[in-house]
Amino acid sequence: MHELSLCQAICESVARYADGREVRRVDVRVGYLRQVVPESLHMAWELLTEHTNLGGAELVIEHVPAVVLCSACGAETTLDWPVLMCGACERTEVGLRSGEELDIVSIDVAAPDQAERVR
Amino acid sequence: MGRFHRHPDGTEHDHDHDHDHEHRHDVGDHRGYEETGTARVAVLESILAENDRVAAANRADLEGHAVRAVNVMSSPGAGKTALLKRTLGALGTELRLGVVEGDIATSLDADELAGLGAAISLVNTSAGFGGECHLDAVMVRAGLGRLSLADLDLVLIENVGNLVCPAEFAVGEHARAMVYAVTEGEEKPLKYPVMFRAADVVVVNKVDLLPHLDVDLDRFLANLRAVNPGARVIEASARTGHGVDEWCDWLRAVAAG
Repeated sequence: MHELSLCQAICESVARYADGREVRRVDVRVGYLRQVVPESLHMAWELLTEHTNLGGAELVIEHVPAVVLCSACGAETTLDWPVLMCGACERTEVGLRSGEELDIVSIDVAAPDQAERVR
Repeated sequence: MGRFHRHPDGTEHDHDHDHDHEHRHDVGDHRGYEETGTARVAVLESILAENDRVAAANRADLEGHAVRAVNVMSSPGAGKTALLKRTLGALGTELRLGVVEGDIATSLDADELAGLGAAISLVNTSAGFGGECHLDAVMVRAGLGRLSLADLDLVLIENVGNLVCPAEFAVGEHARAMVYAVTEGEEKPLKYPVMFRAADVVVVNKVDLLPHLDVDLDRFLANLRAVNPGARVIEASARTGHGVDEWCDWLRAVAAG
């Protein structure tokens, strides 16, 4: 359900940026801490874009690992579960470097001159 | 993936397609096909950017009337409505309260809170895909529009019962409260870290049931600290009223801005 809502937001943003142009690919960046299930996001994308202007466009998901920087020992840890803890000294005074991303990075659209030719 | 194009005779194909269908290739203008194609447009915008813009507008409207808002979230059945009912009773005489009540289809929760002095605005979320699982900024905007903000001090936004989706959608609130029932088990913060990380305060509800349960509250608190070290914890029972004073103190502080 979560992915469906997020996907709805993606479709709205993409349509705005595409501004009528044919969209072929959408690149999004999703941090580990967002709890987004990629399969569900892909499924939502298929469901929401089918029979729309975005139909056939590819959704590409880049996964960003959750990385914390320890303010005590300075070590960087890539988390493999959502507990914010330094992997070196096990303290919890850590700052989040990445992992909360939820961004549309870019969209690939048909180049205007080609669009002219195709139609 | 091949580049889709359409010929004037109506056939369509990608350019790396198998030629197992019949169409003429001398129709349509293929000049420059190789050097044109796809243009990449940088977006670099949060997926939730539009929601966040509306949330900011909600917040500006609230602040324009010196109103503060709290987003109250929990799983279904954790006791949000029961806690809010207590809250309206306890704070209703000193603060002018409004409630935005998010519910998928019914007015049962809103009915439960009616007649306690607060202005209630019901937002049914069933317009979405079979019922949205959360309130987003646009829905809350509609809900706030039905309240007279000039006559309020504090708006309590009762989100849809769900431990995943509501945490992602800011609605213009000044603080986020989460109601967790001890019957939910100790591991919930690790299973739903987005929600538990989002909370400014976690009301640990139904503590009156602890003697009857095997649940280890210390282990829950350790798990909560692991995902959200800064959250304030208030042990409460909406049934007995235990902890409601502390919760109301927290709300008073939010309302005072």
